[in-house]
Amino acid sequence: MKKISRIIGGFAIMIITWQLIFQFGHYNQALFPSPQGVVKGFKELMTQGVLVDDIYDSMIRFLIGYSISVVLGITLGLILGWFRGIWGFINPIVQVLRPISPMAWLPFIVLWFGIGDIPAIVIIFIAAFFPILLSTVSAVGNVDQTYLKIAKNFGIKQPQILTKIILPATFPNIATGLHLALGTAWVFLVAGEMVGAQTGLGFLIIDARNNLRADMLMAAMIVIGVLGLLLDSLIRLLEQRIYKRWGIVANERSAS
Amino acid sequence: MYIEVKNVSREYTQKGTTFKALDKVNLNIARGEFICLLGPSGCGKTTLLNSLAGFEQVTEGSIKIDGAEVKEPSIKNVTIFQNYGLLPWRTVQKNVELGLESKGMAKQEIQDIADKYIDIVGLTAFKKHHPYQLSGGMQQRVAIARALAVDPDIIFMDEPFGALDALTRMKMQDEISAICKNQQKTIIFVTHDIDESVFLADRIVIMTPNPGKIKTIVKVDLCGTRDRTSTDFLKVRDWVFAEFEMKEKDQIDYFI
Ligand SMILES: Nc1ncnc2c1ncn2[C@@H]1O[C@H](COP(=O)(O)OP(=O)(O)O)[C@@H](O)[C@H]1O
Ligand SMILES: [Mg+2]
Repeated sequence: MKKISRIIGGFAIMIITWQLIFQFGHYNQALFPSPQGVVKGFKELMTQGVLVDDIYDSMIRFLIGYSISVVLGITLGLILGWFRGIWGFINPIVQVLRPISPMAWLPFIVLWFGIGDIPAIVIIFIAAFFPILLSTVSAVGNVDQTYLKIAKNFGIKQPQILTKIILPATFPNIATGLHLALGTAWVFLVAGEMVGAQTGLGFLIIDARNNLRADMLMAAMIVIGVLGLLLDSLIRLLEQRIYKRWGIVANERSAS
Repeated sequence: MYIEVKNVSREYTQKGTTFKALDKVNLNIARGEFICLLGPSGCGKTTLLNSLAGFEQVTEGSIKIDGAEVKEPSIKNVTIFQNYGLLPWRTVQKNVELGLESKGMAKQEIQDIADKYIDIVGLTAFKKHHPYQLSGGMQQRVAIARALAVDPDIIFMDEPFGALDALTRMKMQDEISAICKNQQKTIIFVTHDIDESVFLADRIVIMTPNPGKIKTIVKVDLCGTRDRTSTDFLKVRDWVFAEFEMKEKDQIDYFI
């Protein structure tokens, strides 16, 4: 209850401040929209049907890109984490590729795949892939040796050791990586769509700018923020269920 | 003899210095015996147990079980670890089924066997629970059920009750001793608790550190259900105490 009232209070203060700045700043509506203006812009986007379509397109791209990096990142992470020798060769390459912003790949991606769904999907994939891969590899390295002894004792062989022991044992740590990757990927979804797509929330931003509609621009930004928050809450819920099932006590200092 | 330990030594080399964890250990164990390895911390109990179970290789000498040299862990000899070694993501039922899964049995058969042993350790009501929902004593019982379920010849236990409170501990001792009488297993049980060893063992192997050696073997001639307060029990207990006191006297002489 206290938390909810704090959230409402925080937003109330923000909107009032916004309104006051607008009222006394005498800014041009095209440069600095009022709260009511944004609400109107939001309504307009809704009635035109643009917003729902764009959200749908973005979500589909996000789902595809993120799912591919989850599957590939975890699979490769498990294998490379298990075969440390190979990881010794791969790790330096990953360390060089990882700091390259996914956006730096965009020119190549557009050249190779053209404009459309694929650039955004690839950007999301790149953004999510490295955190998932790295958290999986390090999780495999930290698996309790007792579990491996038990597997050996009970005659469990590969690939069952990987699926029955390593994957579930590492899952809480992998879940943390998935959570981290989700946030990063969402940020880059919009960036990818601003350049490489003709629909989606990122495109909506560019479109609003080109038409000098600051109200719609702001409305789209707010939608992006709220959707990101929703996705984050969803995966947090999932994470907590996993932690609970695995018997890990959720830590008190969660960042909310 | 069923288990033959002949002139076994185990050296650990760390930073150029070698340390003898086991020095010329000889031990014969008959089928169906309950053996306690008793001694202070660092006397090589775990090293000896792990070598018997095939998790570690000895530097010198040989260990034979049923005439065959021990090279690796086998499902015929199950180890129960001090931290129980339960898989936290599996329910009690699924934990007990773990060892049966690699035996190529039908699902129903696996379930029936698991049910039987869960019943023996009195946890039928908790079949669907996860380990984190159980007390330490209950978790230990799951580990025992899981070991028994694969019908091993030998069960190795490394201070299995070390983390339990005194009362739970005694209750578990009662249970393990009852279960063992009915199941006809050979048990090698590591402990540093004199009372525990006198209560459980057919023979107590007393070990001393630096280097890890067998000092003496005490045969416990107490028939039937043991009474921790009977004079016979206390006599054996005093005997074992005396063995350790003699060792302390030696040390005092040595330091003077
Ligand atoms: N992996 C290892 N590397 C180096 N020394 C070890 C290792 N394992 C055990 N030791 C040493 O061997 C001795 C016996 O250890 P251990 O068998 O664990 O004794 P206990 O179980 O009786 O307490 C100890 O002094 C310990 O430090
Ligand atoms: Mg030990």
